[in-house]
Amino acid sequence: MSGGGDPAEIFRQEAAELLEQLEQALLDLGSRPDDRSLVDTAFRALHTIKGSGAMFGFDAVAAFVHDFETAFDRVRGGLAPCTPALVTAALQARDHIRALIEAPEQALPARGTELLAALRLAVDGADAAASSPQPAAAMEWQIRFHLGPEALVNGTNPLLMLDELRALGPVTVAALVDAVPTLDDMDPETCHLGWQVRLRSSCSRAAIEEVFIFVSDDAKIDISLVGDAPEPAAPPAPAPSAAVPVAAAPVQPVAERARGEGDIARVGGSLRVQAERLDALMDRVGELVIAHARLSQLATGGEAGLTAVAEEIGRLVAELRDTTMSIRMLPIGSLFSRFRRLLHDLSRDLGKPVELVTSGEETELDKTMIERLADPLVHLIRNAVDHGLEAPAVRLAAGKPEGGSIRLSARHAGAEVLVTVSDDGRGLDAERIRASAIEKGLIAADARLADHEIHQLLFQPGFSTAKEISAISGRGVGMDVVKRTVEQLRGSIEIATRPGRGTDVTLRLPLTLAIIEGLLVRVGDGCYAIPLSAVEECVELPPQEDGRSAGYSLLQIRGALVPFLRLRELMRCTTPPDPHQKVVIIAAGDQRLGLVVDQILGSHQTVIKSLSRLHADVKTFSGATILGDGSVALILDVAHLLEIGEEEGRRTRMRQAA
Amino acid sequence: MTRDILSDSAIDVLTLGIGGEIFAIEAADVREILDLVPITAVPGARSFVGGVVNVRGRIVPLADLRVQFGMAVTAPTPDTRIIVLELDLEGEPTPVGILADRVFEVTQIVPASLEAAPRIGIRWRPEFIRGIGMRGDDLLILPNLSQILH
Repeated sequence: MSGGGDPAEIFRQEAAELLEQLEQALLDLGSRPDDRSLVDTAFRALHTIKGSGAMFGFDAVAAFVHDFETAFDRVRGGLAPCTPALVTAALQARDHIRALIEAPEQALPARGTELLAALRLAVDGADAAASSPQPAAAMEWQIRFHLGPEALVNGTNPLLMLDELRALGPVTVAALVDAVPTLDDMDPETCHLGWQVRLRSSCSRAAIEEVFIFVSDDAKIDISLVGDAPEPAAPPAPAPSAAVPVAAAPVQPVAERARGEGDIARVGGSLRVQAERLDALMDRVGELVIAHARLSQLATGGEAGLTAVAEEIGRLVAELRDTTMSIRMLPIGSLFSRFRRLLHDLSRDLGKPVELVTSGEETELDKTMIERLADPLVHLIRNAVDHGLEAPAVRLAAGKPEGGSIRLSARHAGAEVLVTVSDDGRGLDAERIRASAIEKGLIAADARLADHEIHQLLFQPGFSTAKEISAISGRGVGMDVVKRTVEQLRGSIEIATRPGRGTDVTLRLPLTLAIIEGLLVRVGDGCYAIPLSAVEECVELPPQEDGRSAGYSLLQIRGALVPFLRLRELMRCTTPPDPHQKVVIIAAGDQRLGLVVDQILGSHQTVIKSLSRLHADVKTFSGATILGDGSVALILDVAHLLEIGEEEGRRTRMRQAA
Repeated sequence: MTRDILSDSAIDVLTLGIGGEIFAIEAADVREILDLVPITAVPGARSFVGGVVNVRGRIVPLADLRVQFGMAVTAPTPDTRIIVLELDLEGEPTPVGILADRVFEVTQIVPASLEAAPRIGIRWRPEFIRGIGMRGDDLLILPNLSQILH
């Protein structure tokens, strides 16, 4: 658990996890409406949000959740079945809770009332068709409870319990002070008081036990039936022997309760750490890697003892680096589960029944990578459902099941992770993409393109084959943005499609963002790093090309023409160029570009550091790294350079055409 | 332009010589003072933040106030220092280094006693200056760093 911090912030974090649980449980209820444990999970999440919300002063949240809970309680009591309408209403109510917590000024009370009405309607509507509730006669209950000494420390608030009992019917409350010690012996953090409550209500024993579901094991709770006589509260009587101790759920830290069944982390063996601390740790390890590089430089050819120590430290540093990187890895399942809600909503909005199948949830990826993958995946899934899947009638006519299926899978492949979004829809229509690209002037009418080249056109800015823009797709986030984000993560996109059978979009991503292998080059008197994964080969610039002064030219490499950029011009170098210029060929997807440099210095393990916001306007570099001698080298942004190359190429062609 | 409200209680400032003038930087913003280290030029960056330096593993942008104040940019001398500041830029704490020709001292000034930058007779952009005061015979400039680095 992170130390200190704003209590309201802690509540927000916990509530976010609980809301996540609630959402998952509700979505599961959509497919397994009879699963009691899901109803209980949803209810527990609601109950905890209510309790903590009241404790941290989120009164609007507590009040709304209370009403939500009341409506949902009929489902829990088995009085109303869990219908799709109820799940939808409950999901919307869940969103409202989130709004109340995160942006209370924007959450309108009217919206809350409306949602509660919808919930009640969903519950009662179902109820009317299901069973007739049995009106129970009012009875007199006696409840005695001692919460146990640790209760207050654990965050239990007895006042809330009394309030909940009060909600069940008229009560008389008396405090049991017999266990209260003298002032000298009193520990102010210990709960010495007990309570005796007389409750007149038609509720069931379970409803009363409900109030105490979160108190710990050491609580003593007796609930007994006194009789159905509406007597005024008698002086506290000893509890009858028929008292039933309530099976209470032990109070666990929320972080532990939040864990899903499939989670890899062992409960009790793990702890929460603030993300920033992990980032700081990674920074320190990065510095260590750099410091070691300097040390081994000094040690080479020196004293034998020093060399041995430098090697030993090198081994330790490598292990420390691997361990630190593994700490930052999270299973991608946490990301996948977010898309179930998206799919549920898409399916409803588009009237296409869709099933989400996930695999490889346990595949681990750097946490930053997981966060930044969310948006591109949302877009790919939207596209798959909106454009990929056919309407139910079309599917039936094609002999497919009515409901479509979207598969999200992840797996490791060497030092990469492959994340695939597949649909079983109509597949890509190469002819239509081609026609649309010609119409938009992206390719010439007689251009000869292989199928995979045509598919890459989907990622061109401004490309959309959707005949009409629906509310789901075409909302300004194009596939070009997906491509850009993936490239920023130093990954690539592949498309495979089978006409009539579906499409697979695969994102290839590196395991981590923090450390890359870089090719170090010198341009003028500046050192720059090029991500080695993007480097295809290095060649010498032929002297006849070197003579030309044009900023953009073509180079023949084994029969293929590759455009090249002179980095000396891009960097505005004033020093005289080296006599034998070298060309580093970089590639991403099908694009290739040569970068002309003065000298190739060699490969270098690079800890990536981002540039400050004062340099956010400089697009040529994706970050910086520190070299063995302590100086800084900038890392070239391959995707941006390829874009410049393409832009230059277009301009040159236009000039030649003119 | 409205002047920001300046405190009438004394604050600690670090006085620096930059391009022949004396600048005062709030000491609370200063993280450290470094001897000159190798500067890596960032091609394409705006000229007043043309480089970065390595400050113990952090990549810190290096600003040259002389560019923004239209002063002659001269070669570094043995007295040149890099002042590493942590500034709140658009709501985010950002480390920034600034080049100073020399560092004088830490002293106290009362910001409210400073004059606003005169609109006439001064060659600097008034929004770059929070106030101007006198220190002995010298002019003391309290720069508005978030405007300068905007």
